[in-house]
Amino acid sequence: MVQLTLPKNSRITEGKTWPKPQAKNVTPFKVYRWNPDDGMNPRVDTFWVDRDDCGPMVLDGLIWIKSNVDSTLTFRRSCREGICGSCAMNIDGTNTLACTKGMDDCAGGKIVKIYPLPHMPVVKDLVPDLTQFYAQHASIEPWLKTDTREPGAEWRQSREDRAKLDGLYECILCACCTTSCPSYWWNGDRYLGPAALLQAYRWLVDSRDERTGQRLDELEDPFRLYRCHTIMNCAKTCPKGLNPAKAIAQIKQLMVARQF
Amino acid sequence: MDSPKAAPTGARPLSPHLQIYRPMLSMMMSIVHRITGGALYFGTALIAIWLVAAASGPSAFATVQGIYGSIPGLLVLFFYTWALIHHALGGVRHLIWDTGHGFEPRERELLYRLTLGGSVALTLLIWTVGYLVRGGAG
Repeated sequence: MVQLTLPKNSRITEGKTWPKPQAKNVTPFKVYRWNPDDGMNPRVDTFWVDRDDCGPMVLDGLIWIKSNVDSTLTFRRSCREGICGSCAMNIDGTNTLACTKGMDDCAGGKIVKIYPLPHMPVVKDLVPDLTQFYAQHASIEPWLKTDTREPGAEWRQSREDRAKLDGLYECILCACCTTSCPSYWWNGDRYLGPAALLQAYRWLVDSRDERTGQRLDELEDPFRLYRCHTIMNCAKTCPKGLNPAKAIAQIKQLMVARQF
Repeated sequence: MDSPKAAPTGARPLSPHLQIYRPMLSMMMSIVHRITGGALYFGTALIAIWLVAAASGPSAFATVQGIYGSIPGLLVLFFYTWALIHHALGGVRHLIWDTGHGFEPRERELLYRLTLGGSVALTLLIWTVGYLVRGGAG
């Protein structure tokens, strides 16, 4: 359901301004904070990051804050090279990975604004609850399904058929696309969202998969698939340069094609 | 397949969305498509009123003509024309996407600009031609 404003307990209040370090080269960070234990509303804190003492990426800045200013600042991170998808957050107005986004790419390096992935329940600070996102991914059954007897060695696939998976298999499930989608914001309980649908298409076009019809049956639904209105926020925000909007359009085409 | 449910969230806040997401042409064009679609209901009612007035008789028709021909009336009609053209071109854009084309970054931005520019240009053209034809006849 469309609710344009935030619920009462989610409205953002003025936060704390942390001390500015005695340094020549500092960048302000505005960071969303919410602590489940203090009973207060979310707030936006201001930090100052000493740029001569840390790396160039937004994640470097967050780690610097956690190490030097406020050790309670909570965020997910792991690989620091854009392959694990842990540090997905809303930076400078769009969803991306903190580890591959340069501080200088945020408002020309003047200010770095960070919020959790949009329209998600917050666990703490920049950590959203991704339970539903993962459940939706599981619901499309993202594995090879076959009826033919298993071959002695591997399931063979031509180079051309393998090439059809390019642009699909690279998804790291960071949730940037799904949480950028206004349609998912309003109907996330029933619409599967761009990430799950991109994966659904990845199995639909896999030449080795033999349950294409069944997979399409599961998606033939006014909400699961057809809540995509080609808004394109997903394709614009994907930190891996993938195109979920196009994959969804191709699923819709398969739906039409199978009627003839 | 039941629709997946999130774990109990207690009093967890909802992270901000519209409030903080950068307004981009893609998203804006989608919203404007919705708004113009809604405005068409209103515009269609204007046409219905005009036709009913024409069927009712000369005095009723003259009244409606007077309102529609006033400056505010003309402004409303002008924006209705734009909404109609913009929504129609948006429909064509969606039709192109339904064929699986126009999804690459450059293509989609071009489609947005063509829709916007095209709707403004066609609206101006329709009104210019309308005035020329009326001027020629009267």
